[in-house]
Amino acid sequence: MNILVCISVVPDTTTKISFTDNDTAFQTSGVQFILNPYDELALTRGLEIAEANGGKVTVVHVGLSDSEAVIRKALSMGAEAAIRINAAPTDAQQVASELAAIAGGYDLILTGRESIDYNGGLICGLLGAALNIPSINVVTRIDYINGTWSFDRDIDGGKESVSVQGPCVASAQKDLCEPRIPNMRGIMAARTKPLTVLEPKNNASGVTYTQFELPAPKQGVKLIDPSQAAELISLLKNEAKVL
Amino acid sequence: MSLVVFIEFADGVYKKSSLEALSMARSLAESTQQKVVAVQLNGPCDSQILGQHGAHKVLHNGSDLGAFAADSWGKALAQMCQETQAEVVIISNTYSGKSLAPRVAHELKADMASQVVSMPETSNGFRVKRSVFSGKAFAWVQLTSPIKVLALTPNSFPIQTWNESASLETTQVSASSTIQVESVQKVSGKIPLTEAEIVVSGGRGMKGPEHWGMIETLANQLGAATACSKPVSDMGWRPHSEHVGQTGITIKPNLYIAVGISGAIQHLAGVSSSKVIVAINKDPEAPFFKAADYGIVGDAFEVLPQLIEASK
Ligand SMILES: Cc1cc2nc3c(=O)[nH]c(=O)nc-3n(C[C@H](O)[C@H](O)[C@H](O)COP(=O)(O)OP(=O)(O)OC[C@H]3O[C@@H](n4cnc5c(N)ncnc54)[C@H](O)[C@@H]3O)c2cc1C
Repeated sequence: MNILVCISVVPDTTTKISFTDNDTAFQTSGVQFILNPYDELALTRGLEIAEANGGKVTVVHVGLSDSEAVIRKALSMGAEAAIRINAAPTDAQQVASELAAIAGGYDLILTGRESIDYNGGLICGLLGAALNIPSINVVTRIDYINGTWSFDRDIDGGKESVSVQGPCVASAQKDLCEPRIPNMRGIMAARTKPLTVLEPKNNASGVTYTQFELPAPKQGVKLIDPSQAAELISLLKNEAKVL
Repeated sequence: MSLVVFIEFADGVYKKSSLEALSMARSLAESTQQKVVAVQLNGPCDSQILGQHGAHKVLHNGSDLGAFAADSWGKALAQMCQETQAEVVIISNTYSGKSLAPRVAHELKADMASQVVSMPETSNGFRVKRSVFSGKAFAWVQLTSPIKVLALTPNSFPIQTWNESASLETTQVSASSTIQVESVQKVSGKIPLTEAEIVVSGGRGMKGPEHWGMIETLANQLGAATACSKPVSDMGWRPHSEHVGQTGITIKPNLYIAVGISGAIQHLAGVSSSKVIVAINKDPEAPFFKAADYGIVGDAFEVLPQLIEASK
């Protein structure tokens, strides 16, 4: 069984977001980059399934060489091999088209629900469409039972269980599992695991980010005396007009 | 040439977010002179409602596609978009919408943007505003392909009505999926969090799941959905589907009431697009007060009963 996990590298969740070049680019200086939290879940569950069924997990990342530390982290968690496609990621469609070029032949492909920087949430569906295989997004359970993939996925206002025979793509939602923390042996082993660098094939373009902006700052908080809390309800009705 | 809106029909009604998308498409069409086509893939069709909310024409699929699956529905929707010569396809940024949108975009060789939060700018090319960094910022993106696919975040555009009716056309499009839906469990009688206009949310300051009755009572009285912070769902006090923030759901209700939540940067990321924010916290230094419009520095267990009483 061969499982491919697509990983992205994102700013740490505590990052205060700011922009440079007249708000046309994300300010990366001083920012710490991490493995996307949802991808950690995808990888952990992929590893558990591969271990239980005698399989192998490969991770793939579209990005430049500065993301190799994060790729090594994925290897230290237990992936056997890594592929880096040497292109700066600019858009979900560009990334998906590069991934599709190498993603054929796997039994299961996993992504995160979304990357926490640009929040596209599109790679799972784009990759499924490009490979002409089913895509199942926001999954909270993945099992492999008698040759069939079985999933729980979030739907609006509930949950559903689905199954698929044959290769498919799924995106990991919170609750799938607890992320695995690399141990010392894993970290040592990761140093010598194969990391193959491939050049991009498609150079697809997709959308262009032209301008960034921060939300308008709040005007300041209006405090209400805790013994007069009912006052809040009338302010929300008559002043803010949201009730 | 047309603006196509994908209409979600579930549990016997049109989704509010689909009517928002329809209203936005019609408002856009007023300046671009395009026709708005509402495309409905399942269920019975009420072209009157769709016409009132902005559709010039309704294209209804008369054949049964079976349970929702991104691959088959994506193919069917793409085919119907081609039939009406769609230039822009608008889908709600719901779980199902977001699984459908990329499959449709691939079929139509379209550029696409998800998490769109306002009407596209068409005066100089085609640009849309989307939320990025889990709500910590916004970005303008340019789409250049002949057909464009947008996933519109719920509560981004108000529902509007027009005193008009739409023409109805029925078509027969079929597609099959290898995804087998085994079972569906819906939480009944609850307002979906992403679509809710009012949200009452509790954090670790609520001390334990046994105190959520107060949050739920207040929410019920206000017609609100309930939400929580990450540690609250991590500890199993509340289901993970209620977890909002950078690693949970991003929401943008008109009113967000945070009770006993400190206001960590990861939490604020998911809720800062709310129009009005209320923070209730006994710690005057809680960061949430910096992000709030109204605040009460006080004990949740004394404040909540007063709010419940006042909103009866
Ligand atoms: C990778 C990563 C991702 C994360 N993603 C998210 C996310 O998506 N969403 C999220 O919410 N968090 C997220 N977090 C966690 C975040 O950093 C905070 O730890 C979390 O939001 C705190 O939750 P809280 O405010 O409920 O709890 P606490 O920080 O414990 O705060 C509880 C608050 O309640 C107040 N309080 C206590 N008792 C009372 C009372 N009786 N009456 C009134 N007020 C009271 C306290 O003053 C305090 O401010 C993430 C963290 C990491 C590292």
